[in-house]
Amino acid sequence: MNEITVERRQNYLNVSYTLKSWLLTTDHKRIALLYLFSITLFFFIGAVFAGVMRLNLLTPQGDLVRAETYDTLFTMHGLTMIFFFLIPSIPGVLGNFLIPMMIGARDVAFPRLNLASWYIFMLGGLFTLTAAATGGVDTGWTFYTPYSSIYSNSNVVLTVTGIFIVGFSSILTGLNFMVTIHKMRAPGMTWFRLPLFIWSLYATSLIFILGTPVLAISLVLIGLERLFHLGIFDPRLGGDPILFQHLFWFYSHPAVYVMILPGMGVVSELIPCFSRKRIFGYHFVAFSSLSIAVIGFLVWGHHMFVSGQSVYAGMAFSALSFLVAVPSAIKVFNWTATLYRGSIAFSTPMLYAFGFIGLFTIGGLTGLFLATLGVDIHVHDTYFVIAHFHYIMVGSAVMGFLGGIHFWWPKITGRLYPEGWGRLAALIIFLGFNLTFFPQFILGYLGMPRRYHMYPPEFQALNVLSTAGASILGVGYLLPLAYLLWSLWYGKAAGANPWGATGLEWQTPSPPPTENFEVVPVVTEEPYAYSTMEAGVVREHIHQRAPV
Amino acid sequence: MWRDLPLFPPEASTYAAREDALFFYLVAVSVVFVLLIFSLVAFFAIRYRRRAPDERPRPTREPLALEIAWSVIPLGLMVIMFVWGAHLFFYASNPPAGAIEISVVGKQWMWKFQHPEGPREIDELHVPVGVPIRLTMTSEDVIHSFFVPAFRIKRDVVPGRYVTAWFQATKTGAYHLFCSQYCGTGHASMTGQVIVMNPVDYERWLRGGASSVSQTAAGELLFQRLGCSSCHKADNTGRGPSLAGVFGRPVQLTTGQTVTADESYLREHILTPGQQVVAGYPRIMPTFKGLISEDQLLQIIAYLKSLTGSEGAQAKQ
Repeated sequence: MNEITVERRQNYLNVSYTLKSWLLTTDHKRIALLYLFSITLFFFIGAVFAGVMRLNLLTPQGDLVRAETYDTLFTMHGLTMIFFFLIPSIPGVLGNFLIPMMIGARDVAFPRLNLASWYIFMLGGLFTLTAAATGGVDTGWTFYTPYSSIYSNSNVVLTVTGIFIVGFSSILTGLNFMVTIHKMRAPGMTWFRLPLFIWSLYATSLIFILGTPVLAISLVLIGLERLFHLGIFDPRLGGDPILFQHLFWFYSHPAVYVMILPGMGVVSELIPCFSRKRIFGYHFVAFSSLSIAVIGFLVWGHHMFVSGQSVYAGMAFSALSFLVAVPSAIKVFNWTATLYRGSIAFSTPMLYAFGFIGLFTIGGLTGLFLATLGVDIHVHDTYFVIAHFHYIMVGSAVMGFLGGIHFWWPKITGRLYPEGWGRLAALIIFLGFNLTFFPQFILGYLGMPRRYHMYPPEFQALNVLSTAGASILGVGYLLPLAYLLWSLWYGKAAGANPWGATGLEWQTPSPPPTENFEVVPVVTEEPYAYSTMEAGVVREHIHQRAPV
Repeated sequence: MWRDLPLFPPEASTYAAREDALFFYLVAVSVVFVLLIFSLVAFFAIRYRRRAPDERPRPTREPLALEIAWSVIPLGLMVIMFVWGAHLFFYASNPPAGAIEISVVGKQWMWKFQHPEGPREIDELHVPVGVPIRLTMTSEDVIHSFFVPAFRIKRDVVPGRYVTAWFQATKTGAYHLFCSQYCGTGHASMTGQVIVMNPVDYERWLRGGASSVSQTAAGELLFQRLGCSSCHKADNTGRGPSLAGVFGRPVQLTTGQTVTADESYLREHILTPGQQVVAGYPRIMPTFKGLISEDQLLQIIAYLKSLTGSEGAQAKQ
């Protein structure tokens, strides 16, 4: 083991210890940690909302909370998890930390704008949390009109303002990433030498920039209708409530890809590293990210098959929704093929990658049920949909996030986490997740509608299973929080490249110096050149014991 | 609790049987792919597990044919899903002729039904088995959604417009009716039952109902009380066009457009008459917005639908 200790060398963490040096930093790595801290906070707030909901659903009568409270809980759960955890999770933390390092740059293109993005994010969060603390909002995260614009008696305007503000954080981050990827690549870092994580975040940024403004517009219109009775969505004034759904899903379906694409990017890094093999079909994986981003803009109508849009519009959206499934399938097959004849290590990040592939496969396939017109009529707005999108947004996206956090933790902190605990947590999360959400597929097909705070008694057994799973899942999420924090003080020093990974970020010390690289690196080879990498570079900290 | 663990919903309509067939195709495809991916990942992970720390596997070939195969085969399977699903969707969207017409009004938080013969119900809908039922639905406030899991049908009920759905029950019994579009505090209690009966029992139930005035007769009464009949005379001598046989007929507007006089057109025309004026007539009809409830509108429309052309001709004589 290389005995570089964390304390001796100057790096981005020990360069200054003052609070001011953190709050006014323009270092992309420190901003990444600001995001990590804030989204972790939001994640646990959102998880508490979910926990109370699951407890309430233990009994058919919904004994724990009143209907009003339950409605607020699922709304705040959705808003917090989507806008304040999932969307900023991988882009805000890993994207900020890694994009400059992976392309050999000293920082992002606009460092001060980057800091502004975080402040805007926190301001939006403050508005939404204030709305939650002063009675909450009960419209569902979808804000369907005319309920949200006229009938709801909750804090709609305050909440919508918070989401409106946080959108600008996304737009500015996307802009920053795109310019950085275009203009700041090190010499020799051509487009097809970029790590696939960069390709996926490029696609994500595209959605940020093109989609978020539409969400902002629709939220402003809700605010205006509530305050001034404009009659945009109110049918009594000649408005069209369905128009809102078109505007909302035009952003919010691509937003699903904002949540999953970065996770796919992480998995595309993990699998080659722990198989010690070049990724199978690099170009196919890269372009599938872009095609998901592009086709993803044309499928929003599949949320509205039973809403009253025309049969022919439904057909077009159904066909396009099937089409967007193809690039996702391509990714899964390429990841699987990468394992073939590799040298596979069962390290914690790889376990998360396996979990991602499995849960994403189930989540993706059940998406086909919803894209199928005749079947969607039955399963739309039931727990089948809840199960499906949690397989994508929690099963896959959170697995990708945790896999990435574990993989780059030694780089970010200079410390190794306890491997045994890491694997245990990954296993618990996988099992807990499936126990929570698989029963919901059955519940959905049986016909249990979503957003019900009570339900007919025959649905109880499956709900109890789901709640049991959620408590296991909760333990699974607390474990990494505990041992990762522990590792900050007691973890072994990681060294520059504990996994023997390719990629520029591993060529610099851990934690990296403020300027990332002492000398601007020059890139001369393809990414994932694991087979040509000299064996001497690899330093094994974790000795794998072969299973079985 | 554990003794009552249903895994599959009752299948009680013609649509349910067709939808379940497609559902099982989707399940089969999903199971095959899940098993394929899971077993490949597990097999590779174990077969090629790292045996020595300095292992350095050689790169494998990446045949283009493989990439094409795993893009085209899933696409082919999905084309089947799409065509089959779209076919079913058309079946679900086109009610057969001769269906019993029932009006549905959703409001926070109840379902109101009216049968053509007159009886009204709340949160309970009685229908005969084996007969197609066509629902004309609207909402008084927010968006609701009419969902009967046993029939596999669902349709959002949108304020300000009519939507239709249909089903033909195949088994007698009582089935859950849910509101599946979140509509506020009472969303989870906006539930009810669809009671499917033998036609004989249904007839008996209809006769036993309190309301004896049929929907058409109630509509006719309104048509006179609101003064509609003073302009829309059957013999076409009034200031407005005769409405005999108007339903389902193409209507020429002053804008040159031709539209079909369906339920939605009639509704629009009663509430905002100035928007679409029939060619050859002055723009003089007053709006009835606020003067007439959703239930009454449905009654008037039921009456207008009952005025066939031949009856109009008889009235002329």
